[in-house]
Amino acid sequence: MALDDQFYREYILDHYKNPRNFGRLQDADVSHEEYNPLCGDMVGMDFRLQDGVIEDVRFHGRGCAISQASASLMTERLKGMRLEDARQISKEDVLDDLGIEISPARLKCALLSLKVLKVGAYGLAGEEDDEE
Amino acid sequence: MSTLRSSPAASGSGLDVRAIREDFPFFETGIAYLDSANTSQRPRQVLEAMEDYFTHYNSNIHRAVYRTSMQATEHYDTTRRKVREFINARSVKEIVFTKNITEAINLVAYSWGRQNVREDDLIVLTVMEHHSNIVPWQILAHEKGARLAYVDIDDQGELRLDQFHELLAQEPRLVAFAQVSNTLGTITPYRELTAAAHAAGAVVLIDGAQGVQHVGIDVQDVGCDFYGFTGHKVLGPTGVGVLYGRRELLEAMPPFLGGGDMIRTVFLDHTEYAGLPEKFEAGTPPIAEVIGLGTAIDYLRDVGLDAIRAHELELTEYTVEALTDIDGLRMFGPPPLKRSGVVSFDVEGIHPHDLATILDRHDVSIRAGHNCAMPLMNRLDVAALARASFFLYNTKEEIDRLLVGLHDAKRIFA
Repeated sequence: MALDDQFYREYILDHYKNPRNFGRLQDADVSHEEYNPLCGDMVGMDFRLQDGVIEDVRFHGRGCAISQASASLMTERLKGMRLEDARQISKEDVLDDLGIEISPARLKCALLSLKVLKVGAYGLAGEEDDEE
Repeated sequence: MSTLRSSPAASGSGLDVRAIREDFPFFETGIAYLDSANTSQRPRQVLEAMEDYFTHYNSNIHRAVYRTSMQATEHYDTTRRKVREFINARSVKEIVFTKNITEAINLVAYSWGRQNVREDDLIVLTVMEHHSNIVPWQILAHEKGARLAYVDIDDQGELRLDQFHELLAQEPRLVAFAQVSNTLGTITPYRELTAAAHAAGAVVLIDGAQGVQHVGIDVQDVGCDFYGFTGHKVLGPTGVGVLYGRRELLEAMPPFLGGGDMIRTVFLDHTEYAGLPEKFEAGTPPIAEVIGLGTAIDYLRDVGLDAIRAHELELTEYTVEALTDIDGLRMFGPPPLKRSGVVSFDVEGIHPHDLATILDRHDVSIRAGHNCAMPLMNRLDVAALARASFFLYNTKEEIDRLLVGLHDAKRIFA
């Protein structure tokens, strides 16, 4: 079915099967995990910070291709980014990175990594979690 | 309906599935619906009964003297009689309508539980319960300082009876378990469990959400103290559930919710409550839904639970055999004979959500996730499972479509 190929595009599957920046950081400054209560999927991230810059980031977790590829793409975006700029990452940015149409039922999968970033990293910066 | 059973087009189980499907408008969508353990489809007869109420005698019950209200009351009470018969309760006074089985279990936990469970009392559950048969007891136990213990399962997904009996030796106050597991399909030995629990002095609640429409129940024969099921899984509408309680227990229990319809007399400083079952039915109930449930029960009885069970067994065996050949696919649960029409599985390298999304694109609906049984997922050491479940209207052709979708998922994720 052509539709499926379009949904599970090659690079999504690639990020799922060969996740970038996967694992744990021993000397993390911030670590945070979030669960999707609907399905039990989990994404966690470790951040190492230096002068307001995300010097290194790793993610771990278990879940569907969408949630894990989204986390993998997110770490690529975050590495070397100023925390201030990371704060600006929006829902739309994450969906843009994924580049596929996400049905409402799968939105929580796609945005799980953003939630980790918001609650984890923003929390450290003393910001309120303003999600929903 | 009356023409259904003896048609020459019947399957091996004797069900004329083609004629049955004609009764379910949903199948005009062309979707292969394999998620009836989640919610069932509703036959036209149920929809028509509800529409008939809304169109021709829409009125509140028990409150007015005009004709349509009496008619509504009569239809509402008729369903209670049908439910009594369906589960063979002694009296209609033992049948309480709730909004679903979750509310039925909560009613017992709040009303019976708060009156009868004390500090250090033991409540025995199993690891394969739905969250609705875990969380209410956790809340109660936390409030009362009572203890919870869970009976484990063996590798086949059957309850560890040795453990069950060990826990009974501690004289639990309550034993609560599913008649049929929503995830593994395991049909528990509910008769034996009830008898043993009673011998140990415990009160027994059976969660019949996945049982009443597949294996049926005779509450007098089984002897359980409480039994619950939900309308939307038995061809009825959402918004209505049933609690059966042994009369002596229900009579001794305080009300759960207070309000209209559950009173005899109200004074400014106190209230005398109505008798059974009204004591537990505060406020305007889901009248149309109760009427729809009555028609759903008619439908199930008309087709016959034995024939439905045989048909589901045939589909389950067919599915298990077909899935056995798929590389990297693991199935969970006991052999088909010991389970209802449920097949839970996972496929190496493909998350159940991704499976369900790809299947959805093939117009095949299955459940993917933790099935509201997170403790069981932990016990099986999986984050989530895919689950196909069957009912009287499903066909082998739909299962073939499941297989096509599964092979496509494997191709995409290869």
